[in-house]
Amino acid sequence: MDTLRFITCGSVDDGKSTLIGRLLYETKLIFEDQLEALKLDSQKFGTQGERLDFALLVDGLQAEREQGITIDVAYRFFATPARRFIVADTPGHEQYTRNMATGASTAQAAILLIDARKGVLTQTKRHSRIVSMLGIRHVALAINKMDLVNWSKEAFDEIELAYRRFAQDLSFETITAIPVSALEGQNVVEPGQVEMPWYEGKTLLNWLETVPADQGEMNAPFVMPVQWVNRPNLDFRGFAGRIASGLVEPGDAVRISPSGAQSTVKQIVVYEGLQQTGAAGQSITLILADDVDVSRGDVIASAAHPIECADQFETDVLWMSEHTLLPGRPYAALIHSKSASVTITHIKYRLDINTGAHLAARTLALNEIGAVTVSFDRPVPFLPFAENKRLGAFILIDKLTNDTVGAGLIRFALRRASNVHWQALEVTKSARAKLKHQEARCLWFTGLSGSGKSTIANLLEKRLHAEGKHTYILDGDNVRHGLNRDLGFTEADRVENIRRVAEVAKLLVDAGLIVIVAFISPFRSEREMARGLFDPGEFIEIFVDAPLEECERRDVKGLYAKARRGELINFTGIDSAYEPPLAPEVRVRTINMSSMPRAIQRPRKQ
Amino acid sequence: MMTSDVYSELESESIEIIREVAATARKPVMLYSIGKDSSVMLRLAQKAFYPAPIPFPLMHIDTGWKFREMIAFRDRTARQLGFQLITYTNPRGAAEGIGPITHGSAYHTDVMKTEALKQALDLHGFDFVFGGARRDEEKSRAKERIFSFRAVGHRWDPKAQRPELWNLYNTRINAGETVRVFPLSNWTEADIWQYIRQENIPIVPLYFAARRPVVNRYGQWILVDDHRLPLEPGEEPELRMIRFRTLGCYPLTAGIESHATTLDEVVAEILGANTSERQGRIIDHDGAGSMERKKQEGYF
Repeated sequence: MDTLRFITCGSVDDGKSTLIGRLLYETKLIFEDQLEALKLDSQKFGTQGERLDFALLVDGLQAEREQGITIDVAYRFFATPARRFIVADTPGHEQYTRNMATGASTAQAAILLIDARKGVLTQTKRHSRIVSMLGIRHVALAINKMDLVNWSKEAFDEIELAYRRFAQDLSFETITAIPVSALEGQNVVEPGQVEMPWYEGKTLLNWLETVPADQGEMNAPFVMPVQWVNRPNLDFRGFAGRIASGLVEPGDAVRISPSGAQSTVKQIVVYEGLQQTGAAGQSITLILADDVDVSRGDVIASAAHPIECADQFETDVLWMSEHTLLPGRPYAALIHSKSASVTITHIKYRLDINTGAHLAARTLALNEIGAVTVSFDRPVPFLPFAENKRLGAFILIDKLTNDTVGAGLIRFALRRASNVHWQALEVTKSARAKLKHQEARCLWFTGLSGSGKSTIANLLEKRLHAEGKHTYILDGDNVRHGLNRDLGFTEADRVENIRRVAEVAKLLVDAGLIVIVAFISPFRSEREMARGLFDPGEFIEIFVDAPLEECERRDVKGLYAKARRGELINFTGIDSAYEPPLAPEVRVRTINMSSMPRAIQRPRKQ
Repeated sequence: MMTSDVYSELESESIEIIREVAATARKPVMLYSIGKDSSVMLRLAQKAFYPAPIPFPLMHIDTGWKFREMIAFRDRTARQLGFQLITYTNPRGAAEGIGPITHGSAYHTDVMKTEALKQALDLHGFDFVFGGARRDEEKSRAKERIFSFRAVGHRWDPKAQRPELWNLYNTRINAGETVRVFPLSNWTEADIWQYIRQENIPIVPLYFAARRPVVNRYGQWILVDDHRLPLEPGEEPELRMIRFRTLGCYPLTAGIESHATTLDEVVAEILGANTSERQGRIIDHDGAGSMERKKQEGYF
C-alpha cells in the first residue's frame, strides 16, 4: 500500500479545515474521545451553531481557535483500504504563505478549494502558482459550498472554465474539478447524486485514491547526495545518504561530484546486512571499491550520467521574510547536503500573482516570487529542479538571525563562471607589498554619519604617508560621486554600495596598498561580507563610536537636521538602522573633536 | 531482509533526519523516555549509523514516578545495546518531595519534566535534542515542524515557526538557542506498533496484558505500582487483565482492560481501537490548549 502526501490550499474561508475534518470523520479516523472534545470545542469556539465545527479538529493552536483562522500547517493522517494519506492543511491568509509553502514542498498532489460564491480569487492564484512552482503536477479543484449556490451546474461550470483559462501557463498535468459541500458532505466521501445529479465524476476521496503518487524518480539515473561519512574504524568507510533517484547495485560504476573521481559500488550496507539493490527514497550506506575522497555535500551518481557542478544559477525564488531580499547581501544556503554562502546578483523579474506578468524589480518582499540569479561561493553539484527535486531545491538563510528566508529552485546553470577563468599572475600581492616595504591591509572605518570616520581616516593617512607608506582612502561621499553615483540610500542600494567598495578595496590590497575605507556601512552582514574577501588578519574593522546625540549635535553637513525635518529619508540613525560591530578589532570613542589626533595612535599599534 | 514499502519510506525519512543532526549539531542528545516510540526511535538511530555505534548519548529525564518495570527495562536496554545513557532528576523537586499525588499532575509535570528537561539540557549544553513525539498524537504537535526551533530559554513560539521546505533542514542556530528534532513526526500509532512487530523491537512488558493490581478512579484503571499510591477509604486493589497503550508517570497514566498478551494481539487491538492513545494521559486534560502551553514553556 502506498502513501500519498497531499495538501489542501486556497483562500481563507474556502473551507479547507472543514473539508479535512469531514474526510477524517467519514473515513472513521476520529476517535471517540476526540469527538467528545470536538463537541465541547464546537460549543465553545464553533462557528456552525449547533453542528460540529470540523475545522476545530485541525486548527490546533490556541490562537487559531480563538481567532477562527489557520496560522500554520497541520499534518493529519488517515487511510482507506486503497491508500495511506498524509494531509497537510495549509493556511489561506496571504500573511502565512510561507507555512503554506512548507506544506506544499513535500506534497505529491493538491486539493485547491474555491468558494462557489466567490470564484477564483487572488489567493487562489497565488497558491496555484506556488503549487505549480514546487512541482506538484496533479490538482483537484474542489469547488466548495455548492449548497450555498443551490447546487448550480452553471456556477460550477463557470468557475471551472475561469480556472482552466488562468492555469494555462502553469505546469499541471491534470486538473480535476469536483463540486463539493464539505459542510454537508456531498462528493467528499459519499457522492452527491441527489443534490447534483448532473455530476458524474469522482468524489474527492476517489480522486485521492487514484491520483498518481509516483514522481518518476525511480526511472531516473542513480543519484545520491552524501549526508554523512560513516567511519567507525580504519577498516570501514561508508557513504551514507538518501537516494534521490534511480537504482543502485553492487558493481555499478559511479562518479563523484565535484571531484570527478570514479569508482564502483562494492557493497550496499543496511542494518539488516548487505542489500542487493538500493532504490530512490531509501536511506542507505555505500561502500566503494576504491579509496576515493568523498565528503558530506558531495554527490555520488551513475558514471553514465555524472552530475555537473556550477556556481551561478538562474532560479525561481519564493521570499519568506519580512526583511526584503537584498541583492548583493550574502545569505547562507543549503542545497541537498551542501552548505554554501550565496548572493543574489540580479533580479530578472518579479511575478505578478494575478496576471503572471513579469515585473521589473530591485528586491523581493515577503511572499513575492521572482526569477533571480544566484551566485554560490563554490561550485555545487546540481540538477534542474524540474528534473530532480532533491538536487535542484535550496533554501536561503539569514546569516545573522539564522531564519529561513527564501526557497529556491534551480532552472539552469549560467555558464559564466566556467568560461571566465581566473588568470593566474606571477607577481603576487606580497611581492608588490614587499617592494613598498609594507604589508597590505584594509582598515575599515564604520560608524554613524558625523562620528569622525573621515576626519580620523584623513589624519591616519597623513601620518602613514609621512612614514613612507603607500596608502589610498576610499571615502563614502567621494565614491558616491563616481563609481556608485547610480545608487541611492535604500537598504538594497546600501548593500550594493558596500559590495562594490569592498571589491575595490580588495583590488587595492592586492596591489600591495594600505587601504583606508571610511563608510557608514551600517549593516553587520555587509561588513562580514567585506571581511570575507580578505585573508585572515588583513581586514581591520575600526568602530568609530560616538553617541547619536553627539553626532546630531555636531551635524557637520547639516544632514541630521534635514532628516529630522523629513527632507531626507533612509538616513542612518534616524529612520534607517545602524548595527554596531560586536567585536571590532579597534574601537575609537570620539566624545569630542579634540580627541581625534590622539586616536590615530591606536591602529598603528595593532 | 527487505522491509515493507510503507515502513521503508517512513524509516528512510527518519534515518535521514537523524543523520542530518549528527552531521551538523555541535552536541546532540536523544531523549529516551523508555516507551514504545523511544524504542522505535532508538532502533532507527542504530540503523542510521550501522555498523558504527550511535554517535550521541541518550538521556532519560527521571521524574521518580516511572513504573518500576520501565526503569528495569531502561537499564537492561542500555546494558545490552551499549549506548551512553544519562539520567537526570530535578534536584529541587527531589529535595522538596514533589510528586503527582501530593502536588497535582500539572505542578509535578512542570517541575519534574519541563523544568528538569531544561536544567539537564543547560547542564550538558546540548543544542539538538531528539524527541519521539508524533504529529498524530495531539493537535498542537500536528502543527510542529520536524526541526522545531527554540529560542533562548527553550521557548517555542508556535506563531513564528521557521518555514521548513522539502527535506532541507535549517540547522543554523545562535548561541543559547536549541532545536527539538522529531524523527517520528510522520508516524502514526498504528505505524509504530506494526513496525515494532515487523522489526521485533523489545518493549516494556507493561504494553502487554497481564494480571495487575489496579484501582478504578474516575472510570480509569490506575496501577498500584508501589506503596506510594495512597488508597482512598474503602478502595481495595483488585487484580485485572490490564495493559498500557502509552506510558508516563504511573499515577498519571491509566491502563486499559485487555487480553492482548502478544504483539499480534496488541496490534490487532490498536487497529480496532475507537479512542485515542492519549486518552490515558491525564496531563493532557488539564485544560484546553494545555499541551501547547506546556510546549511553549519547554515541554516536549
